[in-house]
Amino acid sequence: MAGYVLRRIGLAGLMLFGLVCLTFVIANVAPSDPAALAAGPDAGRSQIERVRQEYGLDKPLPEQFLRYVTDLAQGNFGQSIATGRPVGTDLARYFPATLELVIVAMTLGVLLGVPLGVLSALRKDGPVDHATRIFAVSGIALPPFWFGLLLQLGFATWLGLLPTSGRLSVFTEPPDPITGLLLVDSLLHGNWALFREAASYIVLPAIVLSLPCLASILRVNRSEMVEALRMDYVVAARAHGVTPWRIVMVHALKNAMLPTLAIIGLRWGWMMSSTVLVETVFDWPGIGLYAVSSAIAGDFKPVMGVTLIVGLNFMIANLIVDLLYGVLDPRLRRA
Amino acid sequence: MSAVAEQAVAAPPRRRLRLAIWLFSRSFSSMLGLVLVSVIVLLALLGPWIVPYPDDVQGGINLANKLQPPSWQHWFGTDEVGNDILTRVIIGARISLLVGIGITLAAAAIGVPLGILAGLAGGRLREVIMRFTDLFLSVPGLVLAIALVAALGPGIVNAMIALTLVWWPGYVRLAESKALSIREEPYIEAARVAGAARARILWRHVLPNSLSPLIVKMSMDIGQAILAVASLGFIGLGAKPPTPEWGAMISIARGYLPEWWWYAVAPGAFIYLAVLGFNLLGDGLRDILDPRSNRG
Repeated sequence: MAGYVLRRIGLAGLMLFGLVCLTFVIANVAPSDPAALAAGPDAGRSQIERVRQEYGLDKPLPEQFLRYVTDLAQGNFGQSIATGRPVGTDLARYFPATLELVIVAMTLGVLLGVPLGVLSALRKDGPVDHATRIFAVSGIALPPFWFGLLLQLGFATWLGLLPTSGRLSVFTEPPDPITGLLLVDSLLHGNWALFREAASYIVLPAIVLSLPCLASILRVNRSEMVEALRMDYVVAARAHGVTPWRIVMVHALKNAMLPTLAIIGLRWGWMMSSTVLVETVFDWPGIGLYAVSSAIAGDFKPVMGVTLIVGLNFMIANLIVDLLYGVLDPRLRRA
Repeated sequence: MSAVAEQAVAAPPRRRLRLAIWLFSRSFSSMLGLVLVSVIVLLALLGPWIVPYPDDVQGGINLANKLQPPSWQHWFGTDEVGNDILTRVIIGARISLLVGIGITLAAAAIGVPLGILAGLAGGRLREVIMRFTDLFLSVPGLVLAIALVAALGPGIVNAMIALTLVWWPGYVRLAESKALSIREEPYIEAARVAGAARARILWRHVLPNSLSPLIVKMSMDIGQAILAVASLGFIGLGAKPPTPEWGAMISIARGYLPEWWWYAVAPGAFIYLAVLGFNLLGDGLRDILDPRSNRG
């Protein structure tokens, strides 16, 4: 087991190195003049030259790369031109909002996707199966930004049930951050009114964000369940007189959950990246909105910071899934 | 269904084709996909000749007519400068389809040769190609595309370049795994024993046999590429208004919500139907061409 864990951590380390290389290439090789890009759209020639010297952009590429890596290792992502703060500070400030949104959306996706997948596998080729199939394909095809606008129009404007956008009303004082997640903090402070308010703001963006994830969890879980229910051990269990409920929930689902877990790991990273669209629609103050507003303003460093953070999340989620695989499937530890 | 489909693979070519068409036409969702894709393709081909208001394509200004609700003259209403939204959405089909197909073809053109090469060459070359591919897979697509567009500068051409760079690794992975499994097949060995040149083996034996999963993936990817381009257009990094690109239209329409809600509805519905069409088509094609890989 220790060997398996070490190997997986080594692989994750390699991925991290790849991520750093990739962002370095994008920042320093792709643009025609990296210094002009780093200095921002309104910089004059002397300013660009100063940035070139300050960041060492006149040095050879290997030396620049070394400097880039040491900076990142110290948590230095550079300076944001628009906010005037270090990008690291901004990321620390915006990330909890995104994390909260992704956690809620992922919970929704798993809690609805897995049971619906099981249900459509049990009713294979029946009306429920066809309905969930159409639902799943729609979930992947719906443009999230448009779906978000429609939900805002329906639930916020016409029905008036939920707030349109933002994380809290502008008149509400946010609580002292403990974890940075409003839903958790308001509970820790024992403030129920605040919890309800935060929950009402998160519902719509979480639904929009969870839909593609829900759809793919549903599809994968369905096809794995169909496969698992055909296996010999299911027949054996049935012959032994195990109750149908137990066969589905324990024997089959346990085996179908492994590939589902892999999809959940992948989707965690993808969700972080689709927050770019969802946060833009709902003015959710997270890293996605930060990346978009920076990219539009030509403020380059924050975009690279967000890319690194999303990539890091993607990597960690995959690592956790790999390790869980090792725990759940003993055969893999020796492979 | 899958048992019948697997028979289809074993039968001789003409009967195989007839069986495949029959299976495809029996599936409601596949046919829906085919119909949707055909409609989008027809709109894209005939666009300039069938739009009700050809003058609005370039973005004429007719302020007296602005923000009209849907009516018999303007099925989807008019936009903030008085252009007919139906006209602009039909022209948008042209842009989206072209861009979606362009990105997918470019990504496949880069990824498939690299993947086949990696799968057949093996050894160090394979290692280099696959590690390089993994590099691009270390960040989820949309964020990577935004970072690339931020580096290259906004605009529809740069958005296409960025999305192509994001998309090709998937084709390397697919082609490599196909090539790896085909390499072991007896008919490749037979061809080699018969003295076929390497290029001939690649072109005549490996490529045709990896074609089915490739077609399925390309069909799905055209849809996803249309969605990605619209997404970049929506956040302001893709096509710039007044180009009638669907995502960019929604981005402007957002400023006119909720009073003029119909402005945002039509372009979004077209994105949805186009992506849905290509996904259903890909799904249906997979059921008949590549029945064993029906996952996710």
